[in-house]
Amino acid sequence: MARTKLVVDPITRIEGHLRIEVQQENGRIAESWASATQFRGIEIIMQGRDPRDAWAFTQRICGVCTVVHALASLRAVEDALDIRVPPNGVLIRNLVHGMQTVQDHVIHFYHLHALDWVDVVSALSADPAGTATIARSISPWPNNSETYFREVQDRVKKFVDSGQLGIFTNGYWGHPAYKLPAEVNLLAVAHYLDALDWQRDVIRLHAIFGGKNPHPNFLVGGMASAINLDDAQTINAESITKIRDMIRRARVYVEQVYWPDLIAIAGFYKDWAAIGGGVPNYFAVGEYPETDIRDLGSLYLPQGIILDRNLNEVVPYDESKVREYVTHSWYEYAGGQDVGLHPYEGETTPRYIGPDPPWEYLQDSERYTWMKAPRYDGKPMEVGPLARMLVAYASGHEDVRGLVGDALGRLQVGPEALFSTLGRTAARGIETVLIARRLETWLDMLVDRIRSGDVSTFNGEKWDPSTWPESAQGYGFCDAARGSLGHWVQIQGGKITRYQCVVPSTWNCSPRDPEGQRGPYEEALVSNHPLVDPERPIEILRTIHSFDPCIACGVHVLDAEGRQVSEVTVQ
Amino acid sequence: MIIPDSYPWELGETLGEHLERRGISRREFLGFCSRLGVMLGLGSLMGPSIMEALAQQRRPSAIWLSLQECTGCTESVLRTADPTIGDLVLDLISLDFQENLMAAAGHAAEAALHDAMEANRGSYILLVTGGVSLAEGGIHTMIAGRPAVEILREAAEGAAHVVAIGACAHWGNIQASNPNPTEAVGVGHIVTGKPVVNIAGCPPIGDVVTATVAHILTFGRVPELDADGRPLFAYGVRIHDNCPKRANYDAGQFVEAFDDEAARKGWCLYKVGCKGPVTFSPCPIIQWNDRTDWPIGAGHPCIGCTERHFWDTMTPFYGRLPGIAGFGIESTADVVGAALAVGAAAGVAAHAVVTGVQRARHKPDEIEKEEV
Repeated sequence: MARTKLVVDPITRIEGHLRIEVQQENGRIAESWASATQFRGIEIIMQGRDPRDAWAFTQRICGVCTVVHALASLRAVEDALDIRVPPNGVLIRNLVHGMQTVQDHVIHFYHLHALDWVDVVSALSADPAGTATIARSISPWPNNSETYFREVQDRVKKFVDSGQLGIFTNGYWGHPAYKLPAEVNLLAVAHYLDALDWQRDVIRLHAIFGGKNPHPNFLVGGMASAINLDDAQTINAESITKIRDMIRRARVYVEQVYWPDLIAIAGFYKDWAAIGGGVPNYFAVGEYPETDIRDLGSLYLPQGIILDRNLNEVVPYDESKVREYVTHSWYEYAGGQDVGLHPYEGETTPRYIGPDPPWEYLQDSERYTWMKAPRYDGKPMEVGPLARMLVAYASGHEDVRGLVGDALGRLQVGPEALFSTLGRTAARGIETVLIARRLETWLDMLVDRIRSGDVSTFNGEKWDPSTWPESAQGYGFCDAARGSLGHWVQIQGGKITRYQCVVPSTWNCSPRDPEGQRGPYEEALVSNHPLVDPERPIEILRTIHSFDPCIACGVHVLDAEGRQVSEVTVQ
Repeated sequence: MIIPDSYPWELGETLGEHLERRGISRREFLGFCSRLGVMLGLGSLMGPSIMEALAQQRRPSAIWLSLQECTGCTESVLRTADPTIGDLVLDLISLDFQENLMAAAGHAAEAALHDAMEANRGSYILLVTGGVSLAEGGIHTMIAGRPAVEILREAAEGAAHVVAIGACAHWGNIQASNPNPTEAVGVGHIVTGKPVVNIAGCPPIGDVVTATVAHILTFGRVPELDADGRPLFAYGVRIHDNCPKRANYDAGQFVEAFDDEAARKGWCLYKVGCKGPVTFSPCPIIQWNDRTDWPIGAGHPCIGCTERHFWDTMTPFYGRLPGIAGFGIESTADVVGAALAVGAAAGVAAHAVVTGVQRARHKPDEIEKEEV
């Protein structure tokens, strides 16, 4: 067996530090390992903190997913202390999270993922008139003239001629896996540049409600941004108008640029609808409550689990069936290396056992990552836009069914195409259209409430710790851009005693478990997966990027138990 | 700035020639340089001199390391205001290595880093987001199979200037907070023998990064720093002294609870925990996201994120700072913030004193000694 061992480290165009190792055989990937190579210990740092501060700490788990850990934390604390958020607070949080997801997905497509499919150098030989014709045939977007594309092409040409390629240095340009005609490459390059300005504009919604982005401010019990139509320093008619404009610009861009581009590009890569399928189980925790988070029926995107790709049944989710394993991770469990712990019993004792750096290979080591291995009822689960769209589709969600049907029809593929690298990327686009449209509805709901005289954004009944029980515990969830996120908090005497997160990239970037089941990245890389040239592993990047990895999130490691903390500090 | 040079420079071309070819008028450029002058605290009259200096620049290489962090600082830089010209300031540099955005991965990415370091040894600007962890030989932050601390040391050695962007690069930030499980430290702890500029904040405002880079390019040296290595043009001002709600503070008009009548009038947030009185940051002046708003403006108290150890000294975030001038001793709420008060108040005093002494000094080892 002539297998070639291969390491890709760093995996770039992601958040955080990820290392992929594979074994290649006859042009295909035979075996794979995903290693997260950063640990920050934030969960340990949470111990003894005021639960009302927790959102700010956990928000710093990730500056790309800058809303979702705050939101999950707020919900965990509000669950523990039985705090009800006023409807305006719920809607404002939806607007902030929804815009985050839309902006994040678009950035992912153009700035993190596109270069896996788009050959920048090839765009130089495009006929700008041809690009304009293609652009006009797929979208009414006004900025699609030959002149515009010619100008972009000239800029790129000078850039390449200068010999200083900056971030494009050493890209896999000219690799036979690039299939787009030059004209489509030019279209994508133009929108890569254009999306930079767009993302900066629409995210200003966060500054209005949260003061800034990244890391906007939140508040246990609601939101701190008060509403008063008759004051200049609060949410008033002027801010609402600004928000409405941003939401409109977000939706139009998604409908007229991102979505048509995605479909056009996907049409040239239909073979990737049979590659990179991965684990057959999908988990969506659900998101966007339109009344209260406790009312699961009010979630715009439903909660549930798909097992073995069976779209005829949505299995109800029960958080008590989540376990985390560390058999192949650099942690130690007091009860033994093969047990699975529920987050309320979670432990985080880092214990590096592996080769001395510099590393050659980690694949020969029993333990190979800072990521734990979460399992649901013993099964690995894929989370993220694909899981959400599958659960919504199988639940009969009308908006999702319409968009999925439209996408499959345009690409002339069946629903099975969704279980793939391409399916993951397409599902992200579908979700972006869906949420970009829903933002307007949430804003209308908020405006209606204000009109009817309700301006409350915060419930302060249980703000004072003297109103809290002596001990409490709570679970907060959030279906983040990258997938299902859970925070579990335990509080005693007004302070956090234990804090545990199970994060989207922990699910997806999970290592093997005690039964040897691979995590979703690992399984996807061995699912009918090509790797033609080990020196230029573009195929690996396509599948890994289709998950939109966020490694700082994944190695959250926020467990806070005194005994373990002291163990950690003596090291 | 993501495309470091979407209008590429021709070899040997100066910025002035480059702009002319690019169709950016002298007048536009002068307007930008004047705004930059104001931001840097030099006044708008410095505009022509800044323009003169910038126009003669040739394009230096920049290497951006992402270490132990959350990537929020990179995101913040991507949100810099003034899209056309603001980008240009970072277009002034050739961004030869940036993991979050670069096309290449694995060996090809590593090669790009080493080539850029070799080709520009002694002259490149090193931009760092994230700190490093020292526990167990740095095993908690590994990149390309090596501890991040080694990569930082190597890259800093050949750098002309080192800019630490954000609280993680500044002092280690949240992972360095009690009990600091990975022994996280900032860039200045590792890099000695050359100035390290600390762009403080979790994250900092992107525009401060832009202005600092512009300052280095314009004057060939880092801006004047305070005792903690932070540029004075940005961090020489206390939030409280520039806060639009200061009049409410002086008049005793306070928010007593979130979303109360006072909150709906936009009054002062001091009593619900605002750390503006002990925090040095340009937030009220530059604001966030193209001047859309800023934290206090949007109704939430300042959490003091530009100050070292703020996760330990400024928490609980909703605890009231006691003993600020103009107030008597407060009652129960102050007990909550008592520990904080001692540290923070001492910090302010030391800051004020040391800032004065520090103006002309840039040696990081001295800055280290004078940490407050």
